Amino acid sequence: MALKMVKGSIDRMFDKNLQDLVRGIRNHKEDEAKYISQCIDEIKQELKQDNIAVKANAVCKLTYLQMLGYDISWAAFNIIEVMSASKFTFKRIGYLAASQCFHEGTDVIMLTTNQIRKDLSSPSQYDTGVALTGLSCFVTPDLARDLANDIMTLMSHTKPYIRKKAVLIMYKVFLKYPESLRPAFPRLKEKLEDPDPGVQSAAVNVICELARRNPKNYLSLAPLFFKLMTSSTNNWVLIKIIKLFGALTPLEPRLGKKLIEPLTNLIHSTSAMSLLYECVNTVIAVLISLSSGMPNHSASIQLCVQKLRILIEDSDQNLKYLGLLAMSKILRTHPKSVQAHKDLVLQCLDDKDESIRLRALDLLYGMVSKKNLMEIVKKLMTHVDKAEGTTYRDELLTKIIDICSQSNYQHITNFEWYISILVELTRLEGTRHGHLIAAQMLDVAIRVKAIRRFAVAQMSALLDSAHLVASSPQRSGICEVLYAAAWICGEFSEHLQEPQQTLEAMLRPKVTTLPGHIQAVYVQNVVKLYAAILQQKEQAADVSAAQEVTQLLVERLPQFVQSADLEVQERASCILQLVKHVQKLQAKDVPVAEEVSALFAGELNPVAPKAQKKVPVPEGLDLDAWINEPLSDSESEDEKPKAMFQDEEQRHAKPRAPEADEQELARRREARRQEQANNPFYIKSSPSPQKRYQDAPGVEHIPVVQIDLSVPLKVPAGMPLSDQYVKLEEERRHRQRLEKDKRKKKKRERERRGTRRHSSLHTESDEDIAPAQRVDIVTEEMPENALPSDEDDKDPNDPYRALDIDLDKPLADSEKLPVQKHRNAETSKSPEKEDVPLMEKKSKKPKKKEKKHKEKEREKKKKVEKGEDLDFWLSTTPPAATPAPEELEVNTTVTVLKTGQEEPRGEEQDADEDREQDLEKKPSKHKKKKHKKDKEERPKDKRKSKKKVPPTDEEAAEPVENGTLDEEPLPPMSSYTLLAENSYIKMTYDVQGSLQKDSQVTVSVVLENQSDSFLKSMELNVLDSLNARLARPEGSSVHDGVPVPFQLPPGISNEAQFVFTIQSIVMAQKLKGTLSFIAKNDEGSTHEKLDFKLHFTCTSYLVTTPCYSDAFAKLLESGDLSMSSIKVDGISMSFHNLLAKICFHHRFSVVERVDSCASMYSRSIQGHHVCLLVKKGEKSVSVDGKCSDPTLLSNLLEEMKETLATC
Amino acid sequence: MIKAILIFNNHGKPRLSKFYQPYSEDTQQQIIRETFHLVSKRDENVCNFLEGGLLIGGSDNKLIYRHYATLYFVFCVDSSESELGILDLIQVFVETLDKCFENVCELDLIFHVDKVHNILAEMVMGGMVLETNMNEIVTQIDAQNKLEKSELIVYTGLFCISQDFSQAGLAGAPARAVSAVKNMNLPEIPRNINIGDISIKVPNLPSFK
Repeated sequence: MALKMVKGSIDRMFDKNLQDLVRGIRNHKEDEAKYISQCIDEIKQELKQDNIAVKANAVCKLTYLQMLGYDISWAAFNIIEVMSASKFTFKRIGYLAASQCFHEGTDVIMLTTNQIRKDLSSPSQYDTGVALTGLSCFVTPDLARDLANDIMTLMSHTKPYIRKKAVLIMYKVFLKYPESLRPAFPRLKEKLEDPDPGVQSAAVNVICELARRNPKNYLSLAPLFFKLMTSSTNNWVLIKIIKLFGALTPLEPRLGKKLIEPLTNLIHSTSAMSLLYECVNTVIAVLISLSSGMPNHSASIQLCVQKLRILIEDSDQNLKYLGLLAMSKILRTHPKSVQAHKDLVLQCLDDKDESIRLRALDLLYGMVSKKNLMEIVKKLMTHVDKAEGTTYRDELLTKIIDICSQSNYQHITNFEWYISILVELTRLEGTRHGHLIAAQMLDVAIRVKAIRRFAVAQMSALLDSAHLVASSPQRSGICEVLYAAAWICGEFSEHLQEPQQTLEAMLRPKVTTLPGHIQAVYVQNVVKLYAAILQQKEQAADVSAAQEVTQLLVERLPQFVQSADLEVQERASCILQLVKHVQKLQAKDVPVAEEVSALFAGELNPVAPKAQKKVPVPEGLDLDAWINEPLSDSESEDEKPKAMFQDEEQRHAKPRAPEADEQELARRREARRQEQANNPFYIKSSPSPQKRYQDAPGVEHIPVVQIDLSVPLKVPAGMPLSDQYVKLEEERRHRQRLEKDKRKKKKRERERRGTRRHSSLHTESDEDIAPAQRVDIVTEEMPENALPSDEDDKDPNDPYRALDIDLDKPLADSEKLPVQKHRNAETSKSPEKEDVPLMEKKSKKPKKKEKKHKEKEREKKKKVEKGEDLDFWLSTTPPAATPAPEELEVNTTVTVLKTGQEEPRGEEQDADEDREQDLEKKPSKHKKKKHKKDKEERPKDKRKSKKKVPPTDEEAAEPVENGTLDEEPLPPMSSYTLLAENSYIKMTYDVQGSLQKDSQVTVSVVLENQSDSFLKSMELNVLDSLNARLARPEGSSVHDGVPVPFQLPPGISNEAQFVFTIQSIVMAQKLKGTLSFIAKNDEGSTHEKLDFKLHFTCTSYLVTTPCYSDAFAKLLESGDLSMSSIKVDGISMSFHNLLAKICFHHRFSVVERVDSCASMYSRSIQGHHVCLLVKKGEKSVSVDGKCSDPTLLSNLLEEMKETLATC
Repeated sequence: MIKAILIFNNHGKPRLSKFYQPYSEDTQQQIIRETFHLVSKRDENVCNFLEGGLLIGGSDNKLIYRHYATLYFVFCVDSSESELGILDLIQVFVETLDKCFENVCELDLIFHVDKVHNILAEMVMGGMVLETNMNEIVTQIDAQNKLEKSELIVYTGLFCISQDFSQAGLAGAPARAVSAVKNMNLPEIPRNINIGDISIKVPNLPSFK
């Protein structure tokens, strides 16, 4: 043994350590690979030794080699050996190597579980620390599952050093093992308020990371974060929290309102640029989320823009970059405020830093207006000339085109200028964006009629100039513009000054070097030109000239016939034959021009891509009706083979005779059309849009705006045109302005008074500038009687479209019924659109929940508690924000009760209570004045927040108004039932549970003052039973009542909520109670009371939970459910209404409905599944139920029987 | 989240690579090369942010880097990190290196990449910022070094007793001591990257505490 050790250390003496290895590599620069492979061999030897120090040294070297790109996964086992060394020095080396090269696919990783667990519980904090660090890099789902609990305990370790690492690593654990999130979350949340700032920061970090992915689940933490934000001084933490708020505000605008003020304060006070920047960013996010709801926040926007300007003006490039980045976010919603800083942005265009220039370009896009477009583009053009790199130049080019063409050329006042800009851009060598320029040219020439003459002139010049053809077409994309040029010249050849010259230019031999598709366009448009020239010559009776042109074509076209490009070849040979034919006719002195131009007769009108869809179906046309009686299937099937057979026979007989006899062809065509019409797999042919367009009555007379141009069409000589246009345009505008002024003056003279403001203000606003030419797009593109619709703006591939489901009535009913807004924070806050995924989530949840039900009980409670806190917290927005008064009241009641019912929650709670008190004063102050108004506004407010929920909510809140809303076919229903009534007061109530609180139900009692007295000091008391207890404020005995948090003036009603704790929910029960109050009127005040019996039906423990049919089927199959059924006779109500009634009164949701049979689902607050199969017979309804608790089921069915009996 | 932390020199030689997402060794090398290519062609006086490359890119990711003398420190982060915050973090990182290595230079990083990793591990863990307070980081590093030293003294002591080859202990001795004992014949001595000397414009930020 001793000998072995000695031997080991002799070997070690000659070992290289890491430094030797590095040095060696540096000394073997020329044969590095060889040297390293030699070293790896040595390392392999070292790894075989027993001495852990040697092994650790070897692993350390391997880690270095890994950085150089060598795969070291073969040593994974040795790495684990080193990890398990008892010495920290070696352990650290092992963990480092593991963190660098282990990943989920490493098979030996499962061997580490126990070692890591041992290290995690090691007495040395550094062993634990190093294990946590390592684990954070290579945690796998298995490791996460096995170690989650150990790590969770470490979150409460005594040493902050371990705590913060444990907290951070939880994020990785959550990622790999999502099931751990729920159990670990409460502890994680605790750590937000850890005394150690490092731990706190780690917790914030983790929650921010979590919340970034699913913000809506973390909305309930907003108050806590808000508190941290206002109290923390750690900039890292602040930045994270502020970023988090930026993600939360879009989900909850009320949060935004609350944030504005503290954020603004921070912006003013902080000296840290990073913090300032994030504040500004979040304020922007808030403003965006509020932009629809709030009238203006101009002060905040101004502040942001102003601060950003400071950033942009800073000499630090980083701040400049970030400033521009944030500016572009503001631009989207508040372009006006950014436009004021155009100078700054333009200045940034000159910056030497490309990233900054690109950002500035982005900004420019939103800053242009009619007034400054030319100026900006001019500036950009100079940049194009200066730009050295092609990428930046291409970027500039696309931006110029983007800027000019945005929103239908909205900002272009002079299209001649634009065309000349495009022409100037063609002089860019080597750009990739030739096709972009070409597309613009085509678009403008087609859509702006007034510009065609000018465009044609420019295009013919382009065709004529050699430079485009000369530049090697393979490399540069700029020759694409010739495609457009050729087409424009051909199509609008009537505007050409010198058609012959253009024709010759297009027939030059060099053209054949162009790409095929361009040549094809050349060939086609040569004929158009030819037709135009023929016409011209024949009118002038210049026969010889006409023949000359024909001759030219006959000579030149063969060069295209030889083209390798199919399209070119085909067109060229066709046309060549045609021209030869024309030549023959010409020789006989036959006038041909008419016929040749007939080839291209008709004007091409631009049609919007969606025009077809918008053509309304004429009255009396039923597109679904058969035109002819459908043939039977067998017939059409027979026909097919026959036709084929005939076809073939013909081919055999006359292989090359396409002109089979006309009648036969027509017959066959007809037959085929018939068959296609009957075949569902055939896409029915519909008249092409163009045809439709022409057929539609009156389309021919669509007004085409004719404009007399105030700018000369003749192009001034000297090339850089666009500049001259700028000048011309300025003159034009000046003229316009003068005219306008003149007009104004006249007006003023007439009026003399009042208009002084207008005239003295001489700023030229955007709207004042009338464009020189107009884009006829909007008037021209659509058929006259097109239906206005925004439907087609939706992208059919938009993933959210799938959520746009037309919810069937019964389901819809169930959806809107149950959970009232203020009780279930989760559902109420998610934006409408997300209703569906939420449902999905829920429907999947039950099983999981069931399993962990017990252990999570506490946590759930807390969560919801928080949720309500949030609502409350949010509703305490400063009065300026005017939250809905109704909400305020309701929330008060909730929280007041809660303080009674829940265990103390420390300081935070105190703070809440303070706020509560504040709050309570507020509404009561306003109440008297506002009450009437409230009542009217309430429905509206509620609607706003929960649009899909028409009747129930309203009626629930206001039973008085029952039946006022009758648009729906369903009879009005109210779940509020009478509790008790006397001459003073009427009480109606409803019981609701929520899935999050498994042993609590909330009883909402609407108290309506029916007397002339003022009711106050109301107090509700209930005689608790063993099974049900009223949650009372802390410190009060079971005999004390719970005060109602409001007073009732005469004729007013209001809702109060009381929470009851329920043990068992399988049986219905009744509780006796009393409401005591003081009635005060002119004669004095009396003490009154009203007894009542609260009835907790089993139904009231159900919570409407949507369920998908597959989950439903699984549930039924599981066999855990006991069954029971009822049958009710004498039912006259329609099945639809019946289902709605069950949904409403018994809180079920429809899973599936087939004819007169429906399956329904609901869940109790304690997680019992209740499944129903409802069948409607002639005059009866049978309900089969399955439920995890038989007693509950039979009670439920009894209750249902009663309901159904009234149907 | 921080996706990766790379340190390479002016020639693109990696001095430290830490990926918080698994990549194969080949991809890692490609990412280093690509990042170097992106970063090295930028002028000195331009901003420190750029959109990520193709490999580690994605619209959400950004490269945030600082250039100190011969070394580039590059952090690849997603949008949940504050740009200026990360710039500060790099500064803290370099200052910490400077404290731990006493006037850090590229050579320190070349020969003691394991130590650099250990320091980094105290600042960033699994892609999330763990600690930004330099004093705290240094304290923890020192404590760990002390622990290591005490272990090695025992360890080497054992060997010295058991064998007369007293030199054997050398290999296990603290690496820094070794490099001090052995005379290094290095072809080039790079410039010191003494933080104090470098006039990098740091935005007006208080250090994060």
